[in-house]
Amino acid sequence: MEQLASALGTVIVGVLACVAYFYGSNWLLDRVFPANAASAEKGIKNLQIAHAVRPWLFLGPALLTLGLYLVYPALDSVRLSFYNSDSTQFVGLDNYVWLWFDDGFRQSMFNNMLWLIFVPAMSTFFGLVIAALTDRIWWGNIAKSLIFMPMAISFIGASIIWKFVYEYRGEGSAQIGILNAIVEALGGDPQAWITIPFWNNFFLMIILVWIQTGFAMVILSAALRGIPEETIEAATIDGANGVQIFFLIMVPQIWKTIAVVWTTITITVLKVFDIVFAMTNGQWDTQVLANYMYDWMFRGGGDFGRGATIAVIIMLLVVPIMIWNIRSATRDSKGH
Amino acid sequence: MASLKLTDIEKAYGVTKVLKNINLEIEQGEFIVFVGPSGCGKSTLLRMIAGLESITGGDLQIDGQRMNEVPPSKRGIAMVFQTYALYPHMTVYDNMAFGMKIAKASKEEIHERVSKAADILQLTPFLERLPKALSGGQRQRVAIGRAIVRDPKVFLFDEPLSNLDAALRVATRIEIAQLNESMPDTTMIYVTHDQVEAMTLADRIVVLSTRGIIEQCGAPMELYENPKNVFVARFIGSPAMNVYDCKVMETGEKTRVAFEEGGHSFTVNVPSTPDQKGKPAKFGVRPEDLRLCEDGDEPLYKCEVRIVEKLGEVTLLYLEPPHEGEEALIAKIPGTHDFKRGEMVTLTADDEKRHLFNEEEISFRWIGKE
Ligand SMILES: Nc1ncnc2c1ncn2[C@@H]1O[C@H](COP(=O)(O)OP(=O)(O)OP(=O)(O)O)[C@@H](O)[C@H]1O
Ligand SMILES: [Mg+2]
Repeated sequence: MEQLASALGTVIVGVLACVAYFYGSNWLLDRVFPANAASAEKGIKNLQIAHAVRPWLFLGPALLTLGLYLVYPALDSVRLSFYNSDSTQFVGLDNYVWLWFDDGFRQSMFNNMLWLIFVPAMSTFFGLVIAALTDRIWWGNIAKSLIFMPMAISFIGASIIWKFVYEYRGEGSAQIGILNAIVEALGGDPQAWITIPFWNNFFLMIILVWIQTGFAMVILSAALRGIPEETIEAATIDGANGVQIFFLIMVPQIWKTIAVVWTTITITVLKVFDIVFAMTNGQWDTQVLANYMYDWMFRGGGDFGRGATIAVIIMLLVVPIMIWNIRSATRDSKGH
Repeated sequence: MASLKLTDIEKAYGVTKVLKNINLEIEQGEFIVFVGPSGCGKSTLLRMIAGLESITGGDLQIDGQRMNEVPPSKRGIAMVFQTYALYPHMTVYDNMAFGMKIAKASKEEIHERVSKAADILQLTPFLERLPKALSGGQRQRVAIGRAIVRDPKVFLFDEPLSNLDAALRVATRIEIAQLNESMPDTTMIYVTHDQVEAMTLADRIVVLSTRGIIEQCGAPMELYENPKNVFVARFIGSPAMNVYDCKVMETGEKTRVAFEEGGHSFTVNVPSTPDQKGKPAKFGVRPEDLRLCEDGDEPLYKCEVRIVEKLGEVTLLYLEPPHEGEEALIAKIPGTHDFKRGEMVTLTADDEKRHLFNEEEISFRWIGKE
């Protein structure tokens, strides 16, 4: 209750402060540079100045906050990556050299590559197939809502759900994980799934696929609806069967959307952290870059230099994809 | 070899029947045009022939074979869509070659057929372009080319020209007419609501109405000169035929009618039976068949001029209708004339250009026939 009241209070105060700022600064500007000045010439000049200043006045708070919370940390991370563990001594490229030969980093890179290939591919594939199939059945929209729902769950929440799916209890006690229950029902032996090296990576990836399929499906479903029905009918007359129509007529027409979906998921994957953190914390060979960064940054006393170095690497990997993604998105929306 | 036979074809969406009792026989090489008001089911009928729409009743035969359940690609048809329906990600060449590639034809054969079609349609310079780099007319030619490459027995067109501007429409219409001439064995079925396209292209026109039935089917001039009912009479020709309520005064070899009981009466050159005497009927005359009454002519109708439109080669007169509340009578008089508003004119028309329809709006010339 108390929390609620304070949250509400913060919101109200925040909104009022914003209104006060915009209204007040605007009023002040008009005061300092009045349009109805003594001479007409001065009035026009004042008007021009006010005109030039006003956008900055209104943009100011947003730019300041962005700079403080996004630009500054990014730049400072780069700076920190050239310093030692407690940022007291400049060490040049030492951190990067260390990273190059570090086994943990190599494993993270390898796992990240697996994630990069598997998750976007599977999410896009399932999203596309589901979008195409659900368009034709009456309960398609119900199915779509169900598939979209994981999008509303946080990664941590999803991980906890899947923890129960993979749950393993020692011999003798009843298995409460659904996967082991199924395996037992089929006559197999229960396994501690997330501790099986290499394959456990995929068990973790499935969680992200489960979440991202909904996203891919919604975007691709909209794209599929944009395909002119006549092109499909023309292909039918031309003798193409369902599979041929799908791959030769429909998919090429939404190719750009598929690429955008793919890269968007790729970016999410590069930053994947929560799932690994909650499920295995990088044990049993499941380490990924983001979790590895967290490890170095905050665990065991913390090494800001090495942590920042890993952060910079992640940033370098994400930026090109991001640029490409934004470019193609704006190009699409302009309708080329 | 491609004759079509439609027997009692019917189309229902749920409980609403949009087409019923469609019976039609089309001979090989014929050019058939479906016309009718918007929403009457022209496209639906065409798509049923193509196999894109299921047939909910009746029989469709192509060359004597029942086709109801045969998939579109096996019916020997090709279709040209109003929106062109080109594959946007394929070049003009690939668009035209797609069907043959699916059918696993040899590269040489595909090349030969596509080149030939491109040649006929003057598309050779554009073969490597994507559809979006073509003009509307060029796109429609590619769509026609794609159909030609399939070497169909039956060509289906659904308003292929309606997305083109007026000049291009005329040019493409002439191209289609030439195409038809160069492929005398290919049957063509063409949907339009442009009268000029229908009259100029068709061997036979099929007029559909919003009731979902074929109102009349025949050669363009037959429909124009001898319409079966008021609907067809008013649908073919522009401006539409003037049709007014009247009464049968005398019956016999010729029929005498009047707009008013006891008013001026005139003859219509159609036979009628004695039981029709005194019954209400509908008199019709085309605007272009009306002329000013001269000595020796039997006057048809005398009335006041309301609006005059001079178009150069013709003068359109909008005249007072016989009864209050009816549409203005339109007369199309060749040449330029100086009519005044409010002037009284006496009009007449040749005997065989006068039409008479009974209470059910059936032409007297057609009663008892068929
Ligand atoms: N899927 C559908 N469900 C219900 N009714 C439909 C459906 N498709 C078409 N109709 C109806 O069938 C009728 C015929 O449609 P159709 O498209 O064949 O008309 P049309 O003669 O081609 O008209 P236009 O000249 O405007 O193209 C229309 O009244 C339309 O509302
Ligand atoms: Mg139509």
